[in-house]
Amino acid sequence: MNKRQFLDPQRRHDLDIIANVVDPGDRVLDLGCGDGLFLRELKEKRKADVLGVEIDQDSIVRCIGNGVPVIQRDLNGDLGFFPDKSFDLAVLSHTLQETSRPDLLLNSIVRIGKRAAVSVINFGHWRCRTQVMFRGRMPRSTQMPFQWYDTPNIHFCTLRDFRELCAQLDIKIVEERPIPGRFPRLTKLFPNVFATVCVFILEK
Amino acid sequence: MDSPLPLDCGRELKEVNIRYETAGTLNEDRSNAVLVTHALSGDAHVCGRHTPEDKKPGWWDEMIGPGRPVDTNKYFVICSNVIGGCSGSTGPQSIDPDTGKPYNMSFPVITVADMVRAQKRLVEHLGISKLLAVLGGSMGGMQVLQWAVDYPDAMECFIPIATASCFTPQNIAFDWVAREAIKADPNWNNGNYTPEASPDHGLAAARMLAHITYLSEESMGRKFGRALQNKSELDFAFNYDFAVESYLQYQGQRFVERFDANSYFYITRATDYFDLTAKTDGDLFKAVSNVKAAALVVAFSSDWLFPTEQSRKIVDALIRNGSEVSFCEIKSGYGHDAFLLEVDTLGRMIKDFLHYHQKGYSHE
Repeated sequence: MNKRQFLDPQRRHDLDIIANVVDPGDRVLDLGCGDGLFLRELKEKRKADVLGVEIDQDSIVRCIGNGVPVIQRDLNGDLGFFPDKSFDLAVLSHTLQETSRPDLLLNSIVRIGKRAAVSVINFGHWRCRTQVMFRGRMPRSTQMPFQWYDTPNIHFCTLRDFRELCAQLDIKIVEERPIPGRFPRLTKLFPNVFATVCVFILEK
Repeated sequence: MDSPLPLDCGRELKEVNIRYETAGTLNEDRSNAVLVTHALSGDAHVCGRHTPEDKKPGWWDEMIGPGRPVDTNKYFVICSNVIGGCSGSTGPQSIDPDTGKPYNMSFPVITVADMVRAQKRLVEHLGISKLLAVLGGSMGGMQVLQWAVDYPDAMECFIPIATASCFTPQNIAFDWVAREAIKADPNWNNGNYTPEASPDHGLAAARMLAHITYLSEESMGRKFGRALQNKSELDFAFNYDFAVESYLQYQGQRFVERFDANSYFYITRATDYFDLTAKTDGDLFKAVSNVKAAALVVAFSSDWLFPTEQSRKIVDALIRNGSEVSFCEIKSGYGHDAFLLEVDTLGRMIKDFLHYHQKGYSHE
């Protein structure tokens, strides 16, 4: 299944934010690039020099059909072949929670990219909290449509958890752009409760 | 060719002849030419039929032709027989101009780079300074890589399929055994055989061995299982009992009808010697450092002759080099032969990749 298609209602928000930090001519790496449509947009509209990384064969075929260079790789494997700071921006959109070691991957992307843009699904969102609290059930939502036993999302975190990990890894959060659900004002005040997704721009 | 072709071994080939075929039409600015390089046993006849009565079309007919992934309504396709071959280009069967007799085993040992040097001359002869693409699988993929390294400005993109940056010890070992089988055939006679008494047994054995390496355990299991050939019980003898034995026998026989034993020596030797990093101390990154064209590298999951890891090494080096590169391992149970059989997925990728690399193409 194509993750990005599934998450489409939420897709544009974080990708729009990420697209806005791309300067013309930037080299952009998208890890877990799906069908490559986002990179195609960066290539066309931002004149970016792009590369996607994807594990799924059908997605790779579609990337090539979209004119987007892509290499097949497992993000849980070694990414050491990418030279240090070889991209202006490394993007990880709605992907971190699917990886086996998010900490190692974060270290890799801030090594490979001069900057990294990571969009994080917020497990601390009030709906998640209430589902656990009042229904006693694992949270499900439009971003997380799966059952606990079949979900590819194996490493959820809250925004606070994410910030803490970045601090531990000595990764600098340059910018934090929470994406509100229903309550934009409250999201500004309490992102960890009201943001559904948050885009972090990182540097090391 | 008028002038002699210099070879890596230090000798040169005089009066080189290159058999080639083309399909499609070269456009006005000569920017739609696609060179297809063939594998060990291939030839220049890549697509279509010479006459409507031909039983079989060219060796990659499903990939190349009108309306096919490499669409000859759009592209001008060139395919030539490698030097050292036995399907029209200069090889051991050719007459040595110095002696007036066939070269046989006095033919110089050639390399993949020599094959490519000859192809470059052909492409120039056709008036093409920049190819849209060079593509091929297996030994054809080696030629593709050699093209990208030796003539970085001569193509927009290149597509090495089911191949590697060098021959592995395992690959070399199989070739050795194959050649030993030919040598052991009394008809071989150090290469000085006649068409009436050629080393068919040896060449067929060599082919059977090689053919096994093109399949996978899975594909053999599916195709033959332990089925018996035209019998219901075992013979308790050494004629063929099993379907797989009969199949190999058939493949061996078919091969000797169209291939020359001495050519088998020269072409396998060229692949043994193939190592892109020979001049860079084993450093693949350095070896590809002058590559400029965009690459689409393809491997197949069940190919144990040229495992995916070999393709990944090439991809990693190209990425370090900052080249534009795409890579896919296609899931397939067919083994090495998948590059000829997985036309749907491979074809779609090649079609789209070529489309986006045509001269003047832009997303807007």
